[in-house]
Amino acid sequence: MSLLEVENLSVTFTTPDGHVRAVQDVSFSLGEQKTLAIVGESGSGKSQTAFSIMGLLAPNGQTSGSIKFDGTEILGMPEKELNAYRAAQIAMIFQDPMTSLNPYLRVSKQMAEVLMRHNGMSKTDAINDSIKMLDAVKIPDPARRVHMYPHEFSGGMRQRVMIAMALLCHPRLVIADEPTTALDVTVQAQIMDLLSDLQSDFGMSIVLITHDLGVVKGSCEETLVLYGGRVMETGPTDQMFAEPAHPYTRGLLKAVPRLGSTGAELATIPGNPPNMLRPPKGCAFSPRCGFANEQCKSAKPALEVFDAQRSRACHLTREQIA
Amino acid sequence: MTTQETVLSVNDVKVYFKIGSTGLLGRREQRYVKAVDGISFDIKRGETLGIVGESGCGKSTLARAVIRMVPAHAGRVLWMGEDLLELDSEAMRDKRKDLQMIFQDPLASLNPRMTLGQIIAEPLKTHFPQMPKSEMREKVAAMMKRVGLLPNMINRYPHEFSGGQCQRIGIARALILEPKLIICDEPVSALDVSIQAQVINLLMDLQKEMNLSLMFIAHDLSVVKHISTRVMVLYLGNVVENADSDDIYANPTHPYTRALIAAVPDLDKPAPADRASLMVDGELPSPLAPPSGCPFRTRCPLVQDICVSEKPPLTETARGHSVACHFPTASPH
Repeated sequence: MSLLEVENLSVTFTTPDGHVRAVQDVSFSLGEQKTLAIVGESGSGKSQTAFSIMGLLAPNGQTSGSIKFDGTEILGMPEKELNAYRAAQIAMIFQDPMTSLNPYLRVSKQMAEVLMRHNGMSKTDAINDSIKMLDAVKIPDPARRVHMYPHEFSGGMRQRVMIAMALLCHPRLVIADEPTTALDVTVQAQIMDLLSDLQSDFGMSIVLITHDLGVVKGSCEETLVLYGGRVMETGPTDQMFAEPAHPYTRGLLKAVPRLGSTGAELATIPGNPPNMLRPPKGCAFSPRCGFANEQCKSAKPALEVFDAQRSRACHLTREQIA
Repeated sequence: MTTQETVLSVNDVKVYFKIGSTGLLGRREQRYVKAVDGISFDIKRGETLGIVGESGCGKSTLARAVIRMVPAHAGRVLWMGEDLLELDSEAMRDKRKDLQMIFQDPLASLNPRMTLGQIIAEPLKTHFPQMPKSEMREKVAAMMKRVGLLPNMINRYPHEFSGGQCQRIGIARALILEPKLIICDEPVSALDVSIQAQVINLLMDLQKEMNLSLMFIAHDLSVVKHISTRVMVLYLGNVVENADSDDIYANPTHPYTRALIAAVPDLDKPAPADRASLMVDGELPSPLAPPSGCPFRTRCPLVQDICVSEKPPLTETARGHSVACHFPTASPH
C-alpha cells in the first residue's frame, strides 16, 4: 500500500469575483521512501495541492475527493485529529525561510516547541534533540547557533533550520514547497544534496513542489506535471524528460536555456497562463498549444495510462505531437 | 562585430557603504562594506555583457553605480568618452535618456496607481515635456505593439497583468526613449520558465532591431550564457573571471566559475561523476569581514598558503579571457 494516496482531489475557492477551481481531479500516489515532484507554473495549483494534504487551505477553499495517508482518510479531518499527523507524520518545508520562521523567537524556542508539544519532551531534552537535528542538517557549531534568532542566519542556513525543524519528529512524509527557489545556485545544489542524504538517513518520502525542471531531474523518481489545476502528464522522471508525451511538458523542457546551447532563439510557449476565474472550456492548455484542434477547445481530455507507468491527458496521439 | 565602438567603459569603480563606526574610549574608526571593490569592464555597441554571481556579490550595486543610483566612491564611468561620475545632476538626467533600466520584480517596479499607458508615457513626459499629446500616444501605441501588449490594455492597471506581461510593460517603459544601453537587473528571475523564454527572446529581438547594448545581470548561468556576448563573474565585489560567453563555458578557469557551472543541473545528461569535486561548500562570507588575500579562498577546493596572504590580480590568460586566481587551470569539464 502507498504511504500517500490522493484521489480526484479538487479545490475550489469562493471569491467575490466567482469560483476559482484551483485544483481539479488530481490523483497520485507515493510509496515509502519515494520522491515525487509536482511541477507547474504559478497558478497551476501545485501549492494548493500541498496545502490540502497539510490541511492548511485558506478558509474560503472547499475540497472534494480523497487524501489517504497510510490508509487513513485525512481530507476533511477535524483540526484536532489532524494535529496528530502534522509534524509527527507529515511535515512541510516552506519556500521562504525568512517569513516562515518567527523573527521574534530564538531558533531553540521554535524548535523545542515542536518536540514539547508533539512528543511531550522536557525543555532540556527538546533543545538537546534540536541541536542534534541542526547538526544533522550540517549547521556548524549547532550548540551555539540554536540560541540565535533567524535573522542571524544566512538564507541557505535558514533553509537548513527549516529542514531541521520539519524533521524533528521524524515524519514519514515531507512536503517541500519550492525549498530552493529563494537560494543561489551553489546553495541550491547543497540543499538538494542534503535533502537526498537525509532521505536515506531518515527513510522518509518527499513531495517536492517546484517550477525548476533542473532540480526535478536530479532528485525525483516520479514527476507530476500540473497546468491550470489539472494533471497534464505523470510518470517516471527519466522517461518523461527523455520523451515528454504532452505538448505542455515538451514546451516546458524546450524553453529552458541550456548551458551548451548557442545563442539561437529559445523555444517558447506562446501566450499566458489561464485566468482561473474563466478557465478555457476544453483542455486547459489548448489556448497555448500549437497542436490544438476543435476537440481540444471544446472537451477536456481524460488522463489515460500508457506504457504501464505513465499517463497523459491529451486528445492527440503521441505521434501527432512528436 | 570586432570593430564595434565601445559605448561604456567602466574603470576601477569602487562602491563602499559606510557602516556604524566602532571604537573604544572615543577612538572612532570608520568601517566600510566594500560592495564593489575596483571593477573595470567595457561594453561595445550591440553587445551584451552578462554579469553573474551569488546574492551579495555586488552585481546590482555595480549596475546602480553605473547610472548613479548609488554614488561610486572612486573610479570612472565613461559613457561615449564622457565621465558620468563628473556630471552635475541635470546633465546626468539628460544622459539617462540613453541609459535605461529593467528591474527584477516586474510588479513592484510599476506604480500601481498608474495605467499601463501612463507608465509607458512617463519617461516621455519627463524628458520631452513639449511633446504633443498625440505624438506621445502614437509612440506609446507603437511601443506596446512592439513588446507584444494589446492596444485595449492601455487603460488597465499593473495588478491586472501577469508577471510576464508586467515585465513587457517594464521593457516598453525602458525602450520608449530609444536608449542605447539597457541595464537588466535579473529581469527574468521572477518569471515562470515558459514566460522567461518569451521575455529573453523579446529582449534579444529588440536588441538586434535597435542595436542596443545590454548589461544583463542574473544568477542563472544558463540564461546569462544564452543571451550574452561576454560574461563577467563577480565574487564579493571583485571580478574573478571575464571572457567570451562560449569560451567561459568551454574553458572555465576560475574554480568559482567551475563551481557555478557544476551547480546548474543538466536536463539532457546525467550529472557528471566529478560534479561533487567541483562544487563549493558554505556560503558567501560576510562582506563586513572579507577574507584576506583571495576573496574566494574560504570556499576554494584548490586553496594554498599564497591565497591567504596575497590577492590574485585579474590577469589575461588568453586573448580576451581574464581571471583572478593564483592557480588558474584549464578545466577537464
